[in-house]
Amino acid sequence: MTAIVEARGLTKQVSSPEGTLTILDDVTLAIEAGEAVAIVGASGSGKSTLLGLLAGLDLPSAGRVILSGNDLAQLDEDGRAALRARTLGFVFQSFQLLPSLTALENVMLPLELAGAAHARSEARALLERVGLAARAGHYPNQLSGGEQQRVAIARAFATGPKLLLADEPTGNLDTRTGARIIDLLFELNAEHGTTLALVTHDAHLAARCGRQLVLEAGCLA
Amino acid sequence: MSGHPAAFSLRMLRRSLRAGELRVLLAALVIAVASVTSVGFFTDRVRGAMDQQASEMLAADRVVESNRPLRPAWRAAAGAAGLAQAETWAFRSVVMVGDRLELAEVKAVDAGYPLRGALRIADTAFGSERVPEGPPAAGTAWVEPRLLQALGLRVGDSLLLGELSLTVAAVLAYEPDRGGEVFNIAPRLLMNLADVPATRLIQTGSLVNYRLLLAGEPQALARFQERVQPTLGPADRLLGVRDARPELRAALERAERYLGLAALVSVMLASVAVATAAHRYARRELDGAAVMRCLGASQGFLTTAFGLQLAWLALAGALLGIAVGYGAQALMVGLFGGLFAAHLPPPSPLPALFGLVTALVTLAGFALPPLLAVRQVPPLRVLRRDLLPLPPRAHVVYGAALAALAGLMLWQSRDPALAAVVLGGALVTVGVLALAAWTLVAALRGLRQAGSVSWRFGLAALTRRARSTVAQVVAFGVGIMVLLVLTLVRTDLMNEWRARLPPDAPNHFLVNVQPDQLAELRGFFRARGLAEPGLYPMVRGRLVAINEREVSAADYQDSRAQRLVRREFNLSWNARLPEGNQLSGGRWWSGAAGGEWSVEQGLAETLGIGLGDRLVFSVAGQRVDGRVSSLRTVAWDSFNVNFFVLGPPGVLEAYPASYITSFHLAPEAKPLLAELVRQFPNVTVIDVDALMERVRDIMDRVSHAVEFVFAFTLAAGLAVLFAAVQASREERLREAAVLRTLGARRRHILGALVVEFAVLGALAGLLAATAAAGLGAVLASVVFDFGYDLNGWVWLVGAVGGALGVGVAGLAGTHRVLVQPPLWTLRRV
Repeated sequence: MTAIVEARGLTKQVSSPEGTLTILDDVTLAIEAGEAVAIVGASGSGKSTLLGLLAGLDLPSAGRVILSGNDLAQLDEDGRAALRARTLGFVFQSFQLLPSLTALENVMLPLELAGAAHARSEARALLERVGLAARAGHYPNQLSGGEQQRVAIARAFATGPKLLLADEPTGNLDTRTGARIIDLLFELNAEHGTTLALVTHDAHLAARCGRQLVLEAGCLA
Repeated sequence: MSGHPAAFSLRMLRRSLRAGELRVLLAALVIAVASVTSVGFFTDRVRGAMDQQASEMLAADRVVESNRPLRPAWRAAAGAAGLAQAETWAFRSVVMVGDRLELAEVKAVDAGYPLRGALRIADTAFGSERVPEGPPAAGTAWVEPRLLQALGLRVGDSLLLGELSLTVAAVLAYEPDRGGEVFNIAPRLLMNLADVPATRLIQTGSLVNYRLLLAGEPQALARFQERVQPTLGPADRLLGVRDARPELRAALERAERYLGLAALVSVMLASVAVATAAHRYARRELDGAAVMRCLGASQGFLTTAFGLQLAWLALAGALLGIAVGYGAQALMVGLFGGLFAAHLPPPSPLPALFGLVTALVTLAGFALPPLLAVRQVPPLRVLRRDLLPLPPRAHVVYGAALAALAGLMLWQSRDPALAAVVLGGALVTVGVLALAAWTLVAALRGLRQAGSVSWRFGLAALTRRARSTVAQVVAFGVGIMVLLVLTLVRTDLMNEWRARLPPDAPNHFLVNVQPDQLAELRGFFRARGLAEPGLYPMVRGRLVAINEREVSAADYQDSRAQRLVRREFNLSWNARLPEGNQLSGGRWWSGAAGGEWSVEQGLAETLGIGLGDRLVFSVAGQRVDGRVSSLRTVAWDSFNVNFFVLGPPGVLEAYPASYITSFHLAPEAKPLLAELVRQFPNVTVIDVDALMERVRDIMDRVSHAVEFVFAFTLAAGLAVLFAAVQASREERLREAAVLRTLGARRRHILGALVVEFAVLGALAGLLAATAAAGLGAVLASVVFDFGYDLNGWVWLVGAVGGALGVGVAGLAGTHRVLVQPPLWTLRRV
């Protein structure tokens, strides 16, 4: 098996009035294709930062990230954006749908960014898959939290990503809705053969993943 | 809560300004204050100059003015009262040097002139000035630089005025009673009164303004006035210092009022920016206010603290705005350069006060309601962030805003009716523009189906923030519209009007032709192979009665009617209805007519004259009466000779007449004019092209001043844009970060911003162009009386200019979203 994403000696420091703050300290890990990995840890342990660095959303202070065979440090921001468009899907705690776009347009977005030819029909099929075909023309503020997260999941799978990154995907949902979202996430993950890395507080959710990485004060326990 | 609200409010303000929270609000305030104070300072200085120099502007304490030669009895009365006297005659005539001709405003003065103020002359145009000992010596003239340039003259050269050759002895740099250049069509030539007879210019029908200038003690002036006032005829006027240049005073009042109201358009738009920024600020202050309420701050404390904060802000905005306004008025004085001969005194503090009031009223009307709502924040918000105070009621918000605007308008115009009309007009205009903008924005939704991500996302941003988009489109639309009207549409109308004139339309008038010169003049044209021009007799007469009722200027409110009654009419006769005239009522006289008049329609309306009315004219001291048997419309812009009042042949022939004609002369035939003037020195040639050039120059300068005031409108539009960008900043940053996370490149986001702002600007430009073209069409049909062929350029320039201008400004305001690292999104959740 080959690693879809790999971190070597990953360190992130930020300067603060009290001096330099180390958020991640020398983290090394590898996630293999087809795995489902949960990153767990207390608040402020650096989970979201790790997820962001794996996605190339920011650059580490030290260490390297190899995503789908590409050393992120060798790419500029636009290069990393292009790599994300080809490789990654995202699900966020607060859904992060663009409020000015309809549900359908939100799902079309990554397809268009990747230059897909039939963005509209593919997006429509995905919305149907998550049970929201009837809501395609609605704006995010016209949808419930669970519906918004389903749109976000459809958007995440739109480009057929190799790696799906999810940041507290059930954090803003009630337990029942959250459970349905988790089911949907894992169903789609299985259908698409995607690798899954998610950050969570939710023990049930973490337990459904094949492997758990525990972060404590910026270090892997 | 401990601490004084005043000190607390200052700390709060300093912190907010440092964090950039209130910068847009402050900038909008500065623009509003600067726009009203620049106009205020400017008009205040001009009025100051007029008040200070009122005596000087008359060059005397009192003036008796007439278009008849001065009566010796007046001079005797002045002598008896012990007043100093001087006499001036003013008339227009052609000045000739070699083959070059130029119309001049000639003023002949005696040794006493001026009684108040002083002349200034120089040896070269714009050279160093000195005050001369007395008026020009006999045989010499002083002329304005414009006349030197036009005739290629230098000091020491000679010129021909009528039959008299004069030596130019100096350049006339300043003349106290000259007033503003706006009202003087031709440059000045100042000469000695003793030389006038030798010019042989003053003949029957000559239009001369005779003035007796007087100066002395108030009691002596009063004695003179008592004796002379009852003897004055309808052609005579006694002027005091308040009457100095009444047209200048009226023009200033009009300018003050309308420029002031134009400046308030900027205030209105800046207010939109203030309201937008204040709402955002209030929203951001909610958490802080909730914490303060938790810590024991009373609602009263918060009210005082926020109220005071606004007061400080008003003060800061007013001070900065006044400084900018003061600088801007200096530029305005420069733009008007030369139009005001007098040196302007420094302004009074009144416009600064108005600036401060504008700042306070704007903030009270537009920023106070949202900020005061903050004090009602539930303290529980510290635990539950979704808890919000009740929003201020709509009628409070809009009522306060409307009251603020109405108050400012009322103060600016000092005329409730005008303020109501302008406020109503402005609200209707803004309403119509807003409705049109709304429709356009709604239409954008349809365009989202096609195109790239950037296109869709840019358009989506516009439609999603539709209210803010509409406000910005209206703000920019108003500014662009005014610029288009003043530039493209104005030039267009002028060109169109000129193009409508036939190429051989008369471009020269000859006036003052004496009856014994008619045959010779006809011969002059014939001998040079030119068509004989139609020569029309002209008899001067004053309208003294309508239907047995004696007429005086005081009977009329309308200033044009007053002027018409005060002046003498040029009466003429004709057996046939002149070419280019059309009967609009009654019937034209047949062969044996007498005691009838035909009156021009517009004049009849102004003076309230109808068919069948009996009009009595005083001609050479005799009363000539007749009934109005027809009304005519006249194509004045044909440049053919036309008369307001015509009589049938046989009524006016007995009175002294001069003749007038108009004719077309090709540019290459212009040298003929020099020959003509040499042969007929008393005849005045008026070059219509030169006259139009002068009128256009004055219109240009006035337009520049109006454009200048509306530059503040565009600045206010920018403030609205930046306030809107600031209000949507978090949203934009978050959206850009999400887009980056999903793999969008920089160019996608840049493209979306370009689409958003360029489309916004293009919409504003299209709307502005439509409004400007509509205004042009109305002007064309109402003022110029022709159909306006809409010029496609207006739309192109409006849309492209708007897209470029707003596009650049919008990118400048939002470039930060391009550099924000996308991790921001994850860090926030």
